[in-house]
Amino acid sequence: MENYRIDQSKGLEFGIYTLGDHLANPLTGERISAEQRIHEIIEYAKLADQAGLDFFSVGESHQAYFATQAHAVVLSAIAQATEKIKIGSSSTIISTSDPVRVYENFATLDLISKGRAELIAGRASRIGLFDLLGYDVRDYEGLFEEKFDLLRKINEEEVVNWSGEYRAALNNAEIIPRPQNGSLPIWRAVGGTPASAIKAGYAGVPMFMAHLGGPASIFKRTIDAYREAASRGGFDPAQLPVATAGFFYAADTSQQALKDLYPHINEGMKKTNGQGFPKQHFAQGVDPHNIMNIGSPQEIIEKILYQHEQFGHQRYIAQIDFGGMPFDKLMKNIELIGSEILPAIKKYTAKKLEG
Amino acid sequence: MKVAALSGSNVGSKTRTAMNYTIKALTEKYPDTEVTLLDLAEYEIQFSDGRNYLEYQGDTGHVTKTIMEADAIIIGTPIFQASIPATLKNIFDLLPVNAFRDRIVSMLVTAGSQKHYLIAENQLKPILGYMKAQIVQTYVFIEEANFYRKELTNDDVLFRIERLVEDTVLLTETYAKIREEKEAEYDF
Repeated sequence: MENYRIDQSKGLEFGIYTLGDHLANPLTGERISAEQRIHEIIEYAKLADQAGLDFFSVGESHQAYFATQAHAVVLSAIAQATEKIKIGSSSTIISTSDPVRVYENFATLDLISKGRAELIAGRASRIGLFDLLGYDVRDYEGLFEEKFDLLRKINEEEVVNWSGEYRAALNNAEIIPRPQNGSLPIWRAVGGTPASAIKAGYAGVPMFMAHLGGPASIFKRTIDAYREAASRGGFDPAQLPVATAGFFYAADTSQQALKDLYPHINEGMKKTNGQGFPKQHFAQGVDPHNIMNIGSPQEIIEKILYQHEQFGHQRYIAQIDFGGMPFDKLMKNIELIGSEILPAIKKYTAKKLEG
Repeated sequence: MKVAALSGSNVGSKTRTAMNYTIKALTEKYPDTEVTLLDLAEYEIQFSDGRNYLEYQGDTGHVTKTIMEADAIIIGTPIFQASIPATLKNIFDLLPVNAFRDRIVSMLVTAGSQKHYLIAENQLKPILGYMKAQIVQTYVFIEEANFYRKELTNDDVLFRIERLVEDTVLLTETYAKIREEKEAEYDF
């Protein structure tokens, strides 16, 4: 776990992520400018840092209603504005980028942040960027697997010899600058289904698993499949971190939390995915065994501890800002996390040091 | 109420003829409904490549978005080789998994033989059910013998079309009402 800068004696890591969506607040119908949205994301990261959270990440989506296409640039501003919090991407679409340039960006980010940068590489759930950037979506899988392998090779070897199908060969290529400690934590982003998780496990790569809703038990199957594949691939699952990522919202009561959050999720998903979130499914989100972390601080603590018991994961990251959530609500959530949720979770999940 | 009337084949005239009668019956009886005819013979539709329906351009984008905005969808389909035509299956493939959630779907089938009667039951309804449609269970099945030069000649078929239209509107209105009451209970 040290390779991935995770200290299990301190308990489950808690972080925040944003997709960088840029949507109107459905309650007022108003959408802030892209400039303001980006500054609010930077401010959000600062608050998370001050509240003692472990991680903050920003994603890239190249389509309408998003503002952080240049997510590495936004992360670099966050690196400058924060002190202790680890920062990363959620995720970097490696399929449609050059792994060399991506590595240069994130190694630089690691130097700016003094060793706090991580890279989470994904395949894209919204595929408009293939057309935009000149790739054929029929190569969806091939592009990802080849470029992800190259990215990991660059991380492991400073001088790279490589050839493949989708990029010019590299001959004794020196990829610089190097990150502060020589390499970066690189994760594979995985949707909820086992197929991609198995690939991550078999290659011995840490897994970042995103989830919308549903019972935690479904996602446990994906995590179990990941660890089983890792064993078959000759890796020790105990050395491979697993992170989960999903909706989060804390309020005084679970009813208030549902009320505050629902319009943002429902209207936001209509705009970005073309379909809203059914109320019936959302109402089930407060169930203690549902993976959506929505409710009062105490209910959320119990949910996260239940998930930890089921998953044995090392990090959870929360998505709170989707769908034009106003900044004062984000501040309130960070405050509740920092003052009530985080201390309880750390207390109950910290592993005793051996010996 | 928005209704999409989807004529699912890009060849022949019988399904389109029956759809014309259906739309006429609908607009005469329910003048407030907003009906859009989507006759696949009039569009250039690409094959599904897995992207979100919002990302398709041109005719493909128009057809998928019109369906996704409708409260009810009336599907007219011929039977080819003992199944629905590929053009219609492609429309389903272009849409999201739960595309018909909270939408009413009714069916009208034209066929060259009575032997095809159960094909909608066995092949079309399972797809609609998987896509979460509220299905109008009774469909109109029209044999080739009922057509003469792009007209329907059998009064019984006309009566059945009238009932299909009524059932579609009735179920759409009823379902909307039930859903509204259920959602009001959630208090969020």
